[in-house]
Amino acid sequence: MTVDTSWYLVLAALLFTIGASGLLVRRNPLVMFMCVELMLNAVNLTFVTFARALDDIGGQVVVFFVLVVAAAEVVVGLGIIVAILRRQPGATADDVSLLRG
Amino acid sequence: MDTVVFLVAGAIVLAGAFGVILARNPVHSALMLVMTLFGVAVLFVAQEAHFLAAVQVIVYAGAIVVLFLFVIMLLGVDKAEDLSTDPLGGQRPAAAVVAVAAIGMLVLLTVRAVQVTGAPSASGSLSGGDSNLTTLGRSLFTDYLFAFEATSALLVIAVVGAVVLARRPKEPQR
Repeated sequence: MTVDTSWYLVLAALLFTIGASGLLVRRNPLVMFMCVELMLNAVNLTFVTFARALDDIGGQVVVFFVLVVAAAEVVVGLGIIVAILRRQPGATADDVSLLRG
Repeated sequence: MDTVVFLVAGAIVLAGAFGVILARNPVHSALMLVMTLFGVAVLFVAQEAHFLAAVQVIVYAGAIVVLFLFVIMLLGVDKAEDLSTDPLGGQRPAAAVVAVAAIGMLVLLTVRAVQVTGAPSASGSLSGGDSNLTTLGRSLFTDYLFAFEATSALLVIAVVGAVVLARRPKEPQR
């Protein structure tokens, strides 16, 4: 029994869905951020799988850029979370609805 | 052998992912995230993406999760969250429906789709005899050079933005 490409794709789909439902359900902004990381990892796994399936290094290069952007995103996002939680300690995502129109 | 590696790493990935979204304490969520990231790194190795596996462990597990833990400790939000109440009525059933629909569509797409490929190996072949790192570096510094330089600008902007965001506002002048 050999590991097929579709196995990896199904695993990545499961990982993405778990991350998405966690993002929908959780209230703590830090945990929501971690769920975004889960979704990014699922997409990275898809890219690497297709890079091997299509015998093309381009997929791995894209994963490299996703890693860089994820690092930058985490830095800025955690900066925003620190700024919000310093102003109102214990804030959840529901408490930060000031930008709602 | 491949099958065993895939099954074990996949089980680790899924267990860690469930741990992230089900743990009450954010610190436990972060540690479960490390587990997931290691599992994904193993899957990268299984697919001959050795450089990305190393970067995954160093950058994700080493830097990003540590940053998460720093923020958790800095803000003191490591208290357990009460997950038994549903603050927004009917949100969890709705989220479950959305999750099931999404997984159904993605799996259906994976199983049924006919994957049409264009020109093979448009940006370098993986099985050309060179090591993974050689191929990746050659592609990165030729075809994707502009994007690579743009990411350096992105990182500088992110650092400056983080410093500006984290600075305490100046005391008002009296």
